[in-house]
Amino acid sequence: MNGTMNRKLALVLGPVTGVLMFAGVVLIATFLTNREYAQPYRAPAAVVDPTPRVEGVAAEAADAEAKAKATPYAEAEYRQFPVIGSRVAVWAVSQLHLLFAAFVLAVPLFAIIIEIIGYKTGDLRYDRLAHEFTKLLSVSFSLTATFGAFLTFLLIALYPKFTNYLMSVFSPTFLPYVLLFFAEAAFLYTYYYGWGKFHPLVHIGLGIGLNLVGTGIMLIANSWLTFMTSPAGVSDTGALISLYDAVYNFTWMPINIHRIIANVAFGGSVAAAYAAFKFLQAETDEERAHYDWMGYIGNFVAILAFLPLPFAGYWLAKEIYAFSQTLGLTMMGGAFSWLFIIQAVLIGNLFLAANYYLWLGMGRVEGRQPLQKFIKYLLIGIALCFAIWATPRSILATVSEIRAMGGSTHPMLGFLGVMSAKNTAVNILILTTFMSFLLYRRTGKIATVAWAKTGHAAQLTIFAAAAFIVIFLGIYGYFVEATVRIGLSVPQVSSVLIAMVSITIIDVFLFRRAKMTGDVRWGKIPPISQYVLIFIAVTFTWLMGLMGYVRSGLRQHWHVYGVIRDTSPDAFTPTLGFATQVVSVTVLIFFVLIGFVFWITSLHDRPDFVPSAKTVTHPGADVVLGGALGHQPGIARASHFEGRTQ
Amino acid sequence: MNITVLLALIAVLVALRFMKAHLLLWAGAWWVGIYVLLRFGFRVPIPASVISIYMGIVTLAILAYLSSSDERREEVFGPLVRFMTERRHTPFLAVTVLAIPALAAANVYVQMNVAIEPPFFPRTIHPASPTEITVQDQRISIDSGDNPYRALEQSNPDEFRKHVENGRRVYYQNCFFCHGDNLGGNGMYAHALNPIPTNFADGTTLPSFRETFFFWRVSKGGPGMPEEGAPWDTAMPAWEKMLKEEEMWDVILFLYDFMGQRPRAREEVHQ
Repeated sequence: MNGTMNRKLALVLGPVTGVLMFAGVVLIATFLTNREYAQPYRAPAAVVDPTPRVEGVAAEAADAEAKAKATPYAEAEYRQFPVIGSRVAVWAVSQLHLLFAAFVLAVPLFAIIIEIIGYKTGDLRYDRLAHEFTKLLSVSFSLTATFGAFLTFLLIALYPKFTNYLMSVFSPTFLPYVLLFFAEAAFLYTYYYGWGKFHPLVHIGLGIGLNLVGTGIMLIANSWLTFMTSPAGVSDTGALISLYDAVYNFTWMPINIHRIIANVAFGGSVAAAYAAFKFLQAETDEERAHYDWMGYIGNFVAILAFLPLPFAGYWLAKEIYAFSQTLGLTMMGGAFSWLFIIQAVLIGNLFLAANYYLWLGMGRVEGRQPLQKFIKYLLIGIALCFAIWATPRSILATVSEIRAMGGSTHPMLGFLGVMSAKNTAVNILILTTFMSFLLYRRTGKIATVAWAKTGHAAQLTIFAAAAFIVIFLGIYGYFVEATVRIGLSVPQVSSVLIAMVSITIIDVFLFRRAKMTGDVRWGKIPPISQYVLIFIAVTFTWLMGLMGYVRSGLRQHWHVYGVIRDTSPDAFTPTLGFATQVVSVTVLIFFVLIGFVFWITSLHDRPDFVPSAKTVTHPGADVVLGGALGHQPGIARASHFEGRTQ
Repeated sequence: MNITVLLALIAVLVALRFMKAHLLLWAGAWWVGIYVLLRFGFRVPIPASVISIYMGIVTLAILAYLSSSDERREEVFGPLVRFMTERRHTPFLAVTVLAIPALAAANVYVQMNVAIEPPFFPRTIHPASPTEITVQDQRISIDSGDNPYRALEQSNPDEFRKHVENGRRVYYQNCFFCHGDNLGGNGMYAHALNPIPTNFADGTTLPSFRETFFFWRVSKGGPGMPEEGAPWDTAMPAWEKMLKEEEMWDVILFLYDFMGQRPRAREEVHQ
């Protein structure tokens, strides 16, 4: 019944549709014809045109060609990248290059340490772990090189004059750079593919070589970019006077130190994210246990490197301030100051996440966890310090709020917006994170040494003394001149570092032959912990992008600060919103690509492809298939066909 | 601080302690309590933008605490799961589901229903100076220059005091109408200005800068604000048109002297 109805409907609707389509075509044609350009009516010329059209067109073409041939060569200053513009193109590509480069430099640093630990202890788990970290390197190295080449081409194409200038200053550094790059490729691939093929000491030697060469490459590249911010060794007009001074400029060494530490923190976090990714994919308890451990080690490396990072950053900022008050003000008090609030929020989140991961990790240990009761106090400390660090000096306020405050600074919060408060907050944050680590470390253990009580008391005293020194110097900083205040950060940091080292030493001896109240069950941790690891990696990456923008954007309308002015259409400081969008999109692209790296790396562990029986194409296959499917010749033929297309 | 609010909050927390309140109630009480403290606990109100930052941190901290151990996760999420899955709670669940968008709508209403104010003005407090300026045909380096009369403080204190006194005269003849008689940024004309004049008495502004920075701000005023970065705005006149160079340096000496503060010293640049 339905079939008949459908046929009748089709019979009626077919012609109707045809008529409608025809009408539509006529309408469109009429519409287009009405809008077709028509020559306006002109009365016929009274006389014959002295220049016939064909000859006129030919003369014009000849004239244009002659002009084109006579055009003198002029070097372009700038070229425009389509749609997103030159600045954003170079910005995104250089950021991606840097992120991969940071990863490729960082992983060998801690892989070699883990390998050495494995060699010294004879524990094969460490060797396997170091190898697993190294697996991520080879694809990342290719991507680093690809983005490096992309960046070079973009600079030459879009900023030819400026690139030419940089080349003229730094050309003697290019050959060593390229040679080191070749050496890095050689070391990296030998290190990776030679795993287990050489004597362990030879292999460790390769790893050390890889690290040295990689660091050398970074030092050379750092000289180029730091020169742009704090040029030295050139005349007022940019002529090279001393290459040594140009390389060893004001911010070169602070950037070198800052980047080495930051790379390790970043690399550790990305490697931990890889472990988290594998943990969440894992199907067996063994896999979960291994990747939980790997994530823990990666995160441990990241946080260990992260703790001194604020001080390295502080030194860098101090050097920038010392080089130029204007640059310092632009950075900390002017257009870029709000980015430091975003930075504070991100770093605060990192501290919180790192502590949270350690607290979750206490759940790995069997049995009761009495140390959990301290978490609330640590959390209060972290939240307070986080809030102090995130308190802006330039408060966003409505007019009525500003009037109520009696100025742009709040009478109470204004004191939290300056360096004394920030330094104190970050030092206490570091101490608190260290305390969380200690609590995690001693979960499930009871000290059995005779001097246990004294040891605990000594640890607590050192901790309290360090916290007191930090807070006292922080308050004292409000009463002294700025340069003295900056100097106070040294004893603050020193007291924290001394406390961490001395407490750790006591802890090691205190918990020797400790009584275990429960085993550590690797893999028994809530899945949320793995998302925390991924969050830490994303936040690190975002932070690098953001602070990279600050370092570079600080120059504002200068290519080389105070020497080569940026006269391109992009010579303005973008809004903070736009800058954060570019950074965020770049981070997103990086994680898509790092997902690709993870995927490629995970192919290692997949079983080899085994063709199924029905797709086997060897001569006997037909016989086998014919036997099995003897009564279904059609299927047999189809299978045979599929097999041949393999 | 508003002590009444603080005491009321402490009383609530103590009461919860005696009641042996559920963890979820504790978490809610802390969140609301901190919000109330920030919103109403300070005599000089905290701007909404800062409260948002602080409450974000508090929210994260409370969530981290609630979920950082198996016991707490069970204690907090158990009742929530039961509330969402057990049939006897269906009417309350329906009310909750309806209440969420209603609360969002109410929040939008509250946010929109505010007094009309001049548009928000995202001005940073300390704009970046140029590296060098020219004032009355004199080139002055902001980065490497110094107040030429500062050295007299050590070498010739009497002469230094004369400059400070001259600065006092200049200040009270020209600056105090906006910056106030105690340098608090609350002069008689301050209420008409947006942004309001700088408050030198806040304890942190003067010592954060070198004197050359203030010389730039005084001599070039609003018209000399930097082009890049933001739409600068200030009613500060360019005093180079009305005062001598010496008078401008002197008034800066007076600012520091009046507040008993020292300018930021030039940092050692090492190469």
